[in-house]
Amino acid sequence: MSEAIIQVDDVSKSYGGVKANVDISLQVKRGSITGIIGPNGCGKTTLFNSIVGYHPIDKGSIKFEGKEISHLLVGDIARLGMLRTFQQTRIYSKMNCVDNMQISVSHRAESKSSMFVSRKGEIRERAEHLLEFAGLYSKRNLISGDLSFGQQKLLEFAMALMNEPKTLLLDEPTAGINPTLINGLIDRLRRANEELGITLCVIEHNMRVIMNLAEHIYCLSNGHMLANGKPEELQNDQRVIDAYLGGH
Amino acid sequence: MSMNKKTMFTYGGLALFGILGPMLFPQYTLSIAYLWMMVLMASTWDTLGGQMGYNSLGNITFFGVGMYVSAIVQISFFYDGGVGEYTSAMGSIKPEFTAAEYFWGLGLGILAAGIVGLALSLVFSSFMFGLRGPYFAIGSLGLAIAVAEVTITIDYVGGASGISMPLFPGDIEFRSTFFYILCFAFTIVSHFLLRWLYSTQFGLAANAIRDDEDKAEAMGIPTLAYKRIGWAIAAFFMGCIGAVAGNMAGFIDKEVAYPIPTFGIFMVAMALLGGKGTLWGPVLGAIIFHVVKEATWTYLLNLQWVALGLILIINIVYFQQGIMGWLKTKYPELFGIVVDTSNIADDDEKEVAR
Ligand SMILES: Nc1ncnc2c1ncn2[C@@H]1O[C@H](COP(=O)(O)OP(=O)(O)OP(=O)(O)O)[C@@H](O)[C@H]1O
Ligand SMILES: [Mg+2]
Repeated sequence: MSEAIIQVDDVSKSYGGVKANVDISLQVKRGSITGIIGPNGCGKTTLFNSIVGYHPIDKGSIKFEGKEISHLLVGDIARLGMLRTFQQTRIYSKMNCVDNMQISVSHRAESKSSMFVSRKGEIRERAEHLLEFAGLYSKRNLISGDLSFGQQKLLEFAMALMNEPKTLLLDEPTAGINPTLINGLIDRLRRANEELGITLCVIEHNMRVIMNLAEHIYCLSNGHMLANGKPEELQNDQRVIDAYLGGH
Repeated sequence: MSMNKKTMFTYGGLALFGILGPMLFPQYTLSIAYLWMMVLMASTWDTLGGQMGYNSLGNITFFGVGMYVSAIVQISFFYDGGVGEYTSAMGSIKPEFTAAEYFWGLGLGILAAGIVGLALSLVFSSFMFGLRGPYFAIGSLGLAIAVAEVTITIDYVGGASGISMPLFPGDIEFRSTFFYILCFAFTIVSHFLLRWLYSTQFGLAANAIRDDEDKAEAMGIPTLAYKRIGWAIAAFFMGCIGAVAGNMAGFIDKEVAYPIPTFGIFMVAMALLGGKGTLWGPVLGAIIFHVVKEATWTYLLNLQWVALGLILIINIVYFQQGIMGWLKTKYPELFGIVVDTSNIADDDEKEVAR
């Protein structure tokens, strides 16, 4: 359990003059749920983007399962089994939910012939099953762009599960989700972690959610790693309270 | 590939028209042949343009290249002097091909045209798919213009003065029927290939690329491979049909081979009119477009372009999703788009399905 599936060492990234990430190091243990918190604009999404290869980093090293990935492209990293969801929620908005799910199958072992497999059968069943898991079964034939924002968020999560990733990076999964549904979502995240064995790394502003969910939390501030530790440790860390929790 | 009654009825109607049309109205045989050709152009354009959102304005390149490749193969295969001598003699050499030579040459020419078209699309793919949106559209248009210009600098294929194609070994009626059958057959083959293709994961991947290519990348879909295949299929069929069209025309030059402002743009217009991103939209659009084009040419000679322009304007301003798209919003149930309102009923249905 102590093996790091993601190992980030001394990663920096700036946009022009903005130092979005400075010498960031963190570890995500295989099978764990790890949290990332910090004030708006502190560089959380930037860090995700660096990890999944969305942009080249300025310096540092990022390893996935022991393999250096900082020079790989987004698609290559996704096909290694590491996916991310987007803070702005991205789905294929003109396709219906089932189709969104079906095209989200894993492309890890993709050969030329799997590009032309029929959409019926096993893939379709799994798509419907996961839509049920996400609570979207009754919406399955709707055009996904017509779903509410929260429903789109759930769909994006279900799509990620359809891909059977080893690791899933979630950028604010509960943002915009109705408070009464949040407990259900926490439960689903846990089940994805426990039953499907997916390592989760979650950016979250909702303290109740992240303190409940994560075993280990990193707190960023102004592009720097401020502190990390167990939820109760961070809650009592004066630096974290000053930078972030104080306002809550 | 299961079909419902409506689809079977449509296919039946089209097949009847395709077979009986030229029999009942032999004077329109070539016109209907062009109709099928336009259906093929619009449908294969749509693979990349409608399904994937990469609006190519350069698919006509493969048509022209195919036409020239086929001419080279047909002539040099059975004429010892090769196409160079044939073209430099400016039509004064008219080698007599036997029927067997002609048909073998044509068959090989069409095949070579398709293969070279496909290969050319792979070359284009290696640098074009870095471009998106209007940049891809204009870039592909640039390719068509460039290839057309390069073609006329090559003396080997007759330069600007073109090539007279080998004479068809048969009377004029048989000639029309023969080329009609070729056009019809290629259109049928391409249609059913695309129909199958869109029913597989390929169709979904194409639409995913259209809706959000960055998301598709982030989900690990090998987007470049799909785009390459999409364009290659269009290029293959455009090459083949270009070879057929060159022989139908009997004489080829830059205008015949690279009709950028007409067919090059029509194929896009037809797909938009019928509804891009659907299997039937380009078919419907091509039929309507062609009928209007022929009818206005016959009855309103000077107003043909005005009428076609008007259709496009109405299409773009009022029916951006084309006829199929408009029908889909108006009558979603015809397209199997179910709006579920009751969760309980759903769960029951699921139980029954188990
Ligand atoms: N593409 C970009 N170009 C320029 N600057 C950027 C870009 N993306 C982010 N930044 C800047 O980098 C800093 C970190 O942004 P980032 O999106 O990583 O913050 P965040 O921690 O995810 O914030 P939030 O909680 O609001 O989502 C911000 O100052 C932002 O303005
Ligand atoms: Mg963010």
